[in-house]
Amino acid sequence: MAKKPTQHQDVGTTGHSWDGIEELNTPLPRWWLWTFYACIVWGLYYVVAYPAWPLLKEATPGLLGFSTRGEVAQDIAEFEARQAPMNTKLVSAELTAIADDAELVGYANSAGAAVFKTWCAQCHGSGADGAVGYPSLIDDDWLWGGDIESIHTTITVGVRQPTDDDYLRQSEMPAFGKDELLESEQIDQVVNYVMSLSGEPKDATMIAEGAVVFEENCASCHGESGEGDIDQGAPALADAIWLYGGSYDAIRESVYNARYGAMPAWANRLSEAEIRAVATYVHTRGGGQ
Amino acid sequence: MSQTQPDTPPSLYAAREPVFPRRVSGAFRNMKWVIMAITLGIYYLTPWIRWDRGPNLPDQAVLVDLAHRRFYFFWIEIWPHEFYFVAGLLVMAGLGLFLFTSALGRVWCGYACPQTVWTDLFILVERWVEGDRNARLRLHRQKKWDARKVRLRAIKFVLWFLIALATGGAWVFYFTDAPQLAMDLVTLNAHPVAYSTMLILTATTFFFGGIAREQICIYACPWPRIQAAMMDEDTLTIGYRHWRGEPRGKLRGKKAQAADAAPQGDCIDCMACVNVCPMGIDIRDGQQMECITCGLCIDACDDVMAKIGKPRGLIDYLALTDETAEQAGKPPKSVWKHIFRPRTILYTTLWASVGLALLVALFIRPVIELTVAPVRNPTYVLLSDGTIRNTYDVRLRNKNGDERPFKITIAGNDDLAVRLEGVEGQTVIVPADTMSLQRVYVTAPKGTEASLAERVNFRIWVEDTSNGDRASKDTIFNGKGN
Repeated sequence: MAKKPTQHQDVGTTGHSWDGIEELNTPLPRWWLWTFYACIVWGLYYVVAYPAWPLLKEATPGLLGFSTRGEVAQDIAEFEARQAPMNTKLVSAELTAIADDAELVGYANSAGAAVFKTWCAQCHGSGADGAVGYPSLIDDDWLWGGDIESIHTTITVGVRQPTDDDYLRQSEMPAFGKDELLESEQIDQVVNYVMSLSGEPKDATMIAEGAVVFEENCASCHGESGEGDIDQGAPALADAIWLYGGSYDAIRESVYNARYGAMPAWANRLSEAEIRAVATYVHTRGGGQ
Repeated sequence: MSQTQPDTPPSLYAAREPVFPRRVSGAFRNMKWVIMAITLGIYYLTPWIRWDRGPNLPDQAVLVDLAHRRFYFFWIEIWPHEFYFVAGLLVMAGLGLFLFTSALGRVWCGYACPQTVWTDLFILVERWVEGDRNARLRLHRQKKWDARKVRLRAIKFVLWFLIALATGGAWVFYFTDAPQLAMDLVTLNAHPVAYSTMLILTATTFFFGGIAREQICIYACPWPRIQAAMMDEDTLTIGYRHWRGEPRGKLRGKKAQAADAAPQGDCIDCMACVNVCPMGIDIRDGQQMECITCGLCIDACDDVMAKIGKPRGLIDYLALTDETAEQAGKPPKSVWKHIFRPRTILYTTLWASVGLALLVALFIRPVIELTVAPVRNPTYVLLSDGTIRNTYDVRLRNKNGDERPFKITIAGNDDLAVRLEGVEGQTVIVPADTMSLQRVYVTAPKGTEASLAERVNFRIWVEDTSNGDRASKDTIFNGKGN
């Protein structure tokens, strides 16, 4: 047999022997051992100081009272405290004067963009270009007015909301077909007439008869020449923009059943600063008046 | 016969042999002093150079303004999107290092590397306080901490600490207005980051220059390992003319020489080259990884050769080709032939090309910078009278120290008209040293070709009405056909 290696004699063996093969009892490196002990001490400290043991409803709170929710709440509070001066300035400014203050309009646009993406984009689209039934906010056609004050009011009270006690954004078009106010034939005539207002070529007799129906039933809100009336939220009928679609069927449907689009009153959910910010944002998307 | 086994396994850890370099004087030492003065001078003084840029911009010649994301270098101002200049400078630094290494070996390590410069400075202080090599050795070996040893060590450490503090202190001045920060630092009003940066750099300087020294070069720095790839047989490094020096032996008087006829080389084994070496190596063992080619051994040996009346250059800058030639009895190549050869010329050409490209890029930097991003959400808007409108986010950079009026116009399609958001007329004022985002609306009336087309091309012009500078960007208008 070869001579036994001598270099590890000092550490000895574990005492186990398998077919003559023995295992050296080399101790753990000292640094490793101390790191291990340090981890145990740290582990004990952690269990006592931080939330650790799950109980029936929640974990043990820990002596330091640490909680991640608490940290988030603190971050939010810090953020709001930082924004507070600008928000105060925004709320106290004249609505029409916001645009003249470069710093304020910059802040309002940034904050408004965030509000818009959170609360408005679902219906009006992330580009604010609307969808069928949901008005585009970047064109120049406004149901309730496109100046900053009108936009602010619309966002505040919403559209067709029961909380709108001053009837600022309330209107109700009669359902001319469903409620049998007009004959089916009269509806066809008036649809032809309305489409002719924006330049669609239509049958002359239908237009002439439709003009009479329009004069008697529609002109009081939509105007003599279909120019609309923003005071009562009556859409212009002579322009190129159709909220519910410009096809014959879509317009006939509007006359027959009427449409009652609604928007929430955001005063219930957003702060005045947020409403003003998003009003400024909408106003500076290209359609503001 | 069984193989003998060592009693203990070989240790993988080599304890540091302390190095106590002896003072030396000579041409290379003088050169190192000069280079140290220049490099330290540049480092400590640069932040204090003033450079007038007008009222709205900082007047510090070299300033890395992280808060405002600007880098100022004398007349050059770099914005984040121009960071390729910095990348280019780093490429040049790399190529420069290749060039010098292929020609002169580790000349960077030996003379200009901060590790070398500060270590040299720390050793200088150590020598002032504790004396030259022998005195320091004695102090080191003296077990007893008597009053003298404590005093010398304390003075040395305090001086080292002050140098380290000044080093860490100078660094932070590059990042904010130096005089203001100096005041704030003294009055304890500076930002905590300034103090913590200083503290960390003070600690690293003290440790690297005072304690670790050559171990940084040997163990921590990757450069010694990479450099071999850039050196060849023509590279000048420090070498020992062993064919001239060996067999070495104690200097013998005439009598002794006559008595002993054994041949003797020029090397008298005085250990001067070893004693002065800051890396603690013996260059007579040949060129080795630890050698930073600082040339101090050349100075030391030349000094000894002069004293014993032998020609200088027993230890000298040598290339491998020279060694071969000299051993074969031929004269070595001239230094210039080592320096001007294809490899160094190639490196120089590359280095110069990058430099030239950067210079050209610097001088053709546009006077007005704008980007035009068509808003694609939605691609176009239908207005009530049938007009088609497109929106563009135009970003205008004003890199001047004063506000600039930019007039925005369009060209290339007569159907199109332009309007700016929130601005009367077509001129927008961009404040000094900022970038403004301007929404620009372009409209095509109902029925025009542009309004019906899928898309038409046109150009947005921006003109500084105060001095007539113009810039333009081509973009597209999406019509109903889109």
